[in-house]
Amino acid sequence: MGRQLLFEHINTPGIRGLEGYRANGGYRSVEKALRTMSPEAVVEEVKASGLRGRGGAGFPTGMKWSFLAKPPGVPRYLVVNADESEPGTFKDRYLMERIPHILIEGMITSSFALGANTSYIYIRGEYFYVARILEQAIAEARAAGWLGRNILGSGFDHEIHVQVGAGAYICGEETALLESLEGKRGNPRIKPPFPAVKGLYGCPTVVNNVETIAAVVPIVNDGGAEYAKIGVGRSTGTKLISAGGNIKRPGVYEIELGLSCDEFINSDEYCGGVDGRAFKAVVPGGSSVPIVPYELFLRTAAGEPRLMSYESLADGGFVSGTMLGSGGFYAYNDAQCIVRSTWNHTRFYHHESCGQCSPCREGTGWMEKVLERLEHGEGRTEDIDLLWDIQRKIEGNTICPLGDAAAWPVASAIRHFREEFEYHVRFPQKVKDPKHFAKEPFVRNANFATA
Amino acid sequence: MPKVTIDGIPIEVPEGTTILQAARMIGERDKAHRHVVPPAMCYYTKLETSGGYCRTCIVKVTKGSDKDPRPMPKPVASCRTAVMDGMEVANTTDPELLEARKGVVEFLLINHPLDCPVCDQAGECHLQDLSYENGKAASRYEFERRTFEPVDIGDSIKLHMNRCILCYRCVKVADQLTDGRVHGVINRGDVSEISTYISQAVENDMSGNMIDVCPVGALTDRTFRFSSRVWFTNPVDAHRECGTCAGKAVLWLKGNEVLRVTGRKDQWGEVEDFICNTCRFDKKDLNAWKVEGPRKIDRHSVIGQGHYMLQRKQQLLNAPAPNVPEIAKRKELKDR
Repeated sequence: MGRQLLFEHINTPGIRGLEGYRANGGYRSVEKALRTMSPEAVVEEVKASGLRGRGGAGFPTGMKWSFLAKPPGVPRYLVVNADESEPGTFKDRYLMERIPHILIEGMITSSFALGANTSYIYIRGEYFYVARILEQAIAEARAAGWLGRNILGSGFDHEIHVQVGAGAYICGEETALLESLEGKRGNPRIKPPFPAVKGLYGCPTVVNNVETIAAVVPIVNDGGAEYAKIGVGRSTGTKLISAGGNIKRPGVYEIELGLSCDEFINSDEYCGGVDGRAFKAVVPGGSSVPIVPYELFLRTAAGEPRLMSYESLADGGFVSGTMLGSGGFYAYNDAQCIVRSTWNHTRFYHHESCGQCSPCREGTGWMEKVLERLEHGEGRTEDIDLLWDIQRKIEGNTICPLGDAAAWPVASAIRHFREEFEYHVRFPQKVKDPKHFAKEPFVRNANFATA
Repeated sequence: MPKVTIDGIPIEVPEGTTILQAARMIGERDKAHRHVVPPAMCYYTKLETSGGYCRTCIVKVTKGSDKDPRPMPKPVASCRTAVMDGMEVANTTDPELLEARKGVVEFLLINHPLDCPVCDQAGECHLQDLSYENGKAASRYEFERRTFEPVDIGDSIKLHMNRCILCYRCVKVADQLTDGRVHGVINRGDVSEISTYISQAVENDMSGNMIDVCPVGALTDRTFRFSSRVWFTNPVDAHRECGTCAGKAVLWLKGNEVLRVTGRKDQWGEVEDFICNTCRFDKKDLNAWKVEGPRKIDRHSVIGQGHYMLQRKQQLLNAPAPNVPEIAKRKELKDR
């Protein structure tokens, strides 16, 4: 087992309450930052740590923080994105549910660094009970003097508010989140201006993922350099991975970045291998990242062993690589149908498209209908090329990344599993049964008997 | 002043100008270069924060600026991207981009009813122009289209949601020209629709401008509906004293009968002055207006194919105005 920075005390009894959290070293980063450090020094530590955004895009956090505009007399905000809606991702929920105070602590320390006196947690509506847990933790922290006016006599004031969303995936996009937080329809904004200049209520704002802000705690406690020692290359520190699908041990794991993919998926310490059949494909970072065949997940196209890191998973670009994304890891065994899964993903993106810009609004629905037809044995060979063309015209041509997120799973499924799509055209009777591959697994280059 | 090059044609523009505006300046400077102007369905110069939604105006930035010459990785919406000094932009010179734009046009049409034969907007519809100029001859969409029932929103406006392309222009008109917006976009994705709050009608002095800014036939004038095809009417510029608006309008005549009143649209299809509902809906009497003369016809207009142009030509040939120099008259005839 690698080093545990966020999950070190996850199973310690009483860790959810302030007392238990404090007894295990909680709020040390607030003491250290507010008593001994300047805000700039905290930003420098985060920069030195090499921490990258854990919400999916992997943008360096220190750099994001240093972009924050600081016009005099204008308030600045920190907004924590707890709208964890990416299918396959449930790491933030687990963290907030078990150790809510690590998020509160990270927010106080980060807000001190950013000069924000108010910060918000925007949490998805389905996590209503987690919002309760957070609110209770905030009340405890306020009662103990960690929030409010003049914290630790440093002159720094801070308040945290929890806002529950109404369950729209699009509100996880940072500018749509800000719109929703302001009480408006959750449509993504057109950038520029970026939130760092004009964010919440028109003021400079930093929007970070829950896990990113929680990681600030060990970074400030032990120093950025210490954090940067973990990991490989530009992928430093630890990452929470929520693992699901056809594996023996689903759950949330904290891994050191740079862990080998083979070890992650097959060792008993983590996923524990396949649940009785053979692995077919892996989606390592949430439903938006490209799906890759199991062999390409273990090794890059060049034959190098693949590692759980931003760079290694992306090796080969979209042709043979994928992305670490938000860490929503799931694996498919050979009973699963890639066409069905792609249809399911596309149905999700169709349902969640905000409808603001035309390629995503119209294209996602069209893809869903074509995929539905294919999966039910009513498709034609041309449908595969049509799908390819539609996704190509959505990708890169929308206001926000939802268009890309809808296009990539379709593109990668066709790229790597085209034969399975063709099978659906060739054997319409066989695929009428929803569990078609459970009965007769799909084998590449096999000569199937005609139905 | 930043210098930008669009399809190889350079122009200097004021700081903060968008690529689309710069392209329009090129088009205004020299008619021969009008082809570099990207089409725009949702952007509207006079409406703040408009644009960025329809994606028809996308262009490729092949060089960011002199300072940072890197090309932009994705096509950008030219209506919302400001030019930088030294920027180079490809529009009609890039086949890949034209293909992407064709894709956008196809997306805009997959749920459009294509009911042009019964649509009042036909002939002055931007979606028609767009699909003629940038679209494909046939659609690959074979599924049932999303449909809505047409509804009256207020006394004077008919909403055909089927035809709407969700450009948000009418929403911005209501936000920026009137005191209280009572309509907006409800629902999400491809079932989003323009709608009024339950049992609220759109009633205010400037609401009729929603019709003028609508690029398609989604919002039409109930006082004009089915009266005539637009190309059988003669547009004349006219004005009247009005306390609410500038009173400058276009009357669309059949004989001496005023069938319709609209704002005056410039060469980019945008109104010059917004007009009030009194001028638009209530003053359907030629005596209420001072007629200035025939309306200059837009380059897109199908009116040129009807008898209006012939009449105008006859007027010029038969009754030469003494104060018009012969050369100018010839030039006008030639231009037509």
